[in-house]
Amino acid sequence: MLRSRLTQAACAAQRAFSTTPKVLAAKQMTVRDALNSALDEELSRDDRVFLLGEEVAQYDGAYKVSRGLWKKYGDKRIIDTPITEMGFAGIAVGAAMAGLRPVCEFMTFNFAMQAIDHIINSAAKTFYMSAGAVNVPIVFRGPNGAASGVAAQHSQCFAAWYAHCPGLKVISPYDTEDARGLLKAAIRDPDPVVFLENELMYGTAFPVDDKILDKDFLVPIGKAKIMRPGKDITIVAHSKAVETALLAAADLAKKGIEAEIINLRSIRPLDTATIFASVRKTHHLITLENGWPQHGVGAEICARIMEDQTFFELDAPVWRCCGVDVPMPYAKTLEANALPRVADVAEAALKVLGGKAGKATAALK
Amino acid sequence: MSFLRKSVKLLNAAAGRQQNLKAIVGSTLRHQRTYSSEPPNDYANFPGAKAPFVSKLKLNMPEDYAPIPIYRVMDRDGFIADETQDPQLGREVVEKMFRDMLLLNTMDKILYESQRQGRISFYMTNFGEEASHIGSAAALEMRDLIYGQYREAGVLVWRGFRIDQFIDQCYGNVDDLGRGKQMPVHYGSRELNFVTISSPLSTQMPQAVGAAYAMKMRPNNDACVVCYFGEGAASEGDAHAAFNFAATLNCPVILFCRNNGFAISTPSHEQYRGDGIAGRGPMGYGIATIRVDGTDVFAVYNAMKEAREYVLRENKPVVFEALAYRVGHHSTSDDSTAYRSTEEIEVWNSVEHPISKLKRYMVHKGWFDEAEETAYIKEVRKKVLKQIAVSEKKLKPNWKEMFEGVYAEMPEHLVEQQRELQEHIEAHKDSYPLKDFKQ
Repeated sequence: MLRSRLTQAACAAQRAFSTTPKVLAAKQMTVRDALNSALDEELSRDDRVFLLGEEVAQYDGAYKVSRGLWKKYGDKRIIDTPITEMGFAGIAVGAAMAGLRPVCEFMTFNFAMQAIDHIINSAAKTFYMSAGAVNVPIVFRGPNGAASGVAAQHSQCFAAWYAHCPGLKVISPYDTEDARGLLKAAIRDPDPVVFLENELMYGTAFPVDDKILDKDFLVPIGKAKIMRPGKDITIVAHSKAVETALLAAADLAKKGIEAEIINLRSIRPLDTATIFASVRKTHHLITLENGWPQHGVGAEICARIMEDQTFFELDAPVWRCCGVDVPMPYAKTLEANALPRVADVAEAALKVLGGKAGKATAALK
Repeated sequence: MSFLRKSVKLLNAAAGRQQNLKAIVGSTLRHQRTYSSEPPNDYANFPGAKAPFVSKLKLNMPEDYAPIPIYRVMDRDGFIADETQDPQLGREVVEKMFRDMLLLNTMDKILYESQRQGRISFYMTNFGEEASHIGSAAALEMRDLIYGQYREAGVLVWRGFRIDQFIDQCYGNVDDLGRGKQMPVHYGSRELNFVTISSPLSTQMPQAVGAAYAMKMRPNNDACVVCYFGEGAASEGDAHAAFNFAATLNCPVILFCRNNGFAISTPSHEQYRGDGIAGRGPMGYGIATIRVDGTDVFAVYNAMKEAREYVLRENKPVVFEALAYRVGHHSTSDDSTAYRSTEEIEVWNSVEHPISKLKRYMVHKGWFDEAEETAYIKEVRKKVLKQIAVSEKKLKPNWKEMFEGVYAEMPEHLVEQQRELQEHIEAHKDSYPLKDFKQ
């Protein structure tokens, strides 16, 4: 049976604890199907939920996330819109204000910049500015960040932009469990939620169990997940970068370094409690993201750790691994070099650990 | 071509288009989209437009199309030319209309002055548009949802928003429904079905269309949405999206343009080149359209009644353009004599003023009493001045409310910050004007 490097890494992570053949042979589900099934279940559960966006209906979605939904639910629940992000985001916000629960899909969050006035000024701030009279239970979702060979205007990561604003909740799922549980939680949440998916993760399959497949399976917003426990260094990442972190952890394990990988899941609210607890254990921290460094997610984590007693638990400064500070280039080789790779993360870990890394390697021998 | 023949040509084209629409709608089945239909044999069959072929090359000029006529009932002397158009509202309703316009006008004058005196930070008046507000509000039901721009206070007056509620909002005090979180005139009332005013222009337009869509989804829906906006806001991208979506999604929404001739200092001839906002409706977006004299309360009323019936019956939008003149400045931050003459303003403030028109109608009907009007204005002035004094002295909302309403449930970090601020205030009581805030 062919297994992707990723599944190998995931299994390697699980192998640290007792693993039965049952787990390895568990049912697999792609992130795309996770999102699709979550949407299907929420549409079925609550008549007020509906999906709108470009190409979501008969075309089954630009990335096929809404496959089969129009056939099942029809024109009234799955709506194709004309090409105006500004327009349909505004429509969706109005529908939410009047009591429906729209899921507003952007073909990518790069296009959502056209609609950002509605996301911030019409959705995020309205509950506050109307003193509670008008609330906007809306989910804005779509792929975020770098894809592959689509150049700068299709590759930006907006996690930091949206997480900057009070009034929004910002979620960045990584795997199938995240996608299912967090999308369902987002749709049921009374506040406006920005749900940042990743195009490159859509096709990746992960094992799922009955719990994850349950139609009321929810993952709490604002809680991070420890993907792989470790004692030597903490690596905090979100979305696709979690995969990079897990692969780096596998490489570091060969050198006798046990990295603890934290999957943020939510950017706002940020689960600093989980990060701090981990740092108190490992005393070393790397933040990893595909977005740009300035004012990024890593920058926020650094600021927060300095404001907490956990700062004194650090044996070395925090390192941020980020995308290179340039608009995403198009050429394949340049693109690959513009995002943090597994080797970059492993190298950063070794540098942060400094002398200790040398000792750990020596201990192995 | 003569005007008559041009109009006939347009009407025939429109009728032809209607037939085509019926044919198309009839042949489209759910879950099966086709682009074919059964048009008349001289019409082209492109998916993008159903229109006849011509072999004579000619640029279609704006002048080729007659402007959309302006519906009015009363002339400037309050006489009704066509008696069948008198809505026959009866003395009581007409008197309420008149009194509400006077109340708005009087309150505006005093609150404008109060800003000049430094009592409130900002204000916007509604002078010249009283009939647009009152006439339209009177034709609606309380269950109809209103989205406004910022110059629709008369709609709130008609619906029952009280003087104290207006003024408390302007002062942002403890009784402000908006809890001191917005600038003055950004009113909102859940009870009166009036969505809180939001500053960015025209964002309310697609929101209103979305809300109308949501309402259409309710079983046995008998309410529509009315979205007010200015002719300047209609230049925004949001306006285009709202018109387009209202049409393509079949939403029961009345898109009410208050075309008062000015967007701050930009006159309408610099705002657009087309036939106002009404001109965009039928040909631009395929939307039923009406243009009225916004200074004629009965014209606005009649047209609104008709529009409301249409949108609810058809689940389709209406573009409603009420032409008027912005007699006042854009706001307290503007002095409009910088860009227009006082003589021009004076015409619209006297003989063309909506209040004077209705007054003259009432005089003809024998319903008007000079002494009563003077007494009423005096009573309103007294009430407003008294309320200003009261609202001014009221406490501001408790400072803790600053942290409320960001999310449905206050997140931990805000709870913490609120507590930190409380401790800070307790430690430094003397440095803060606590007596001005509700404890």
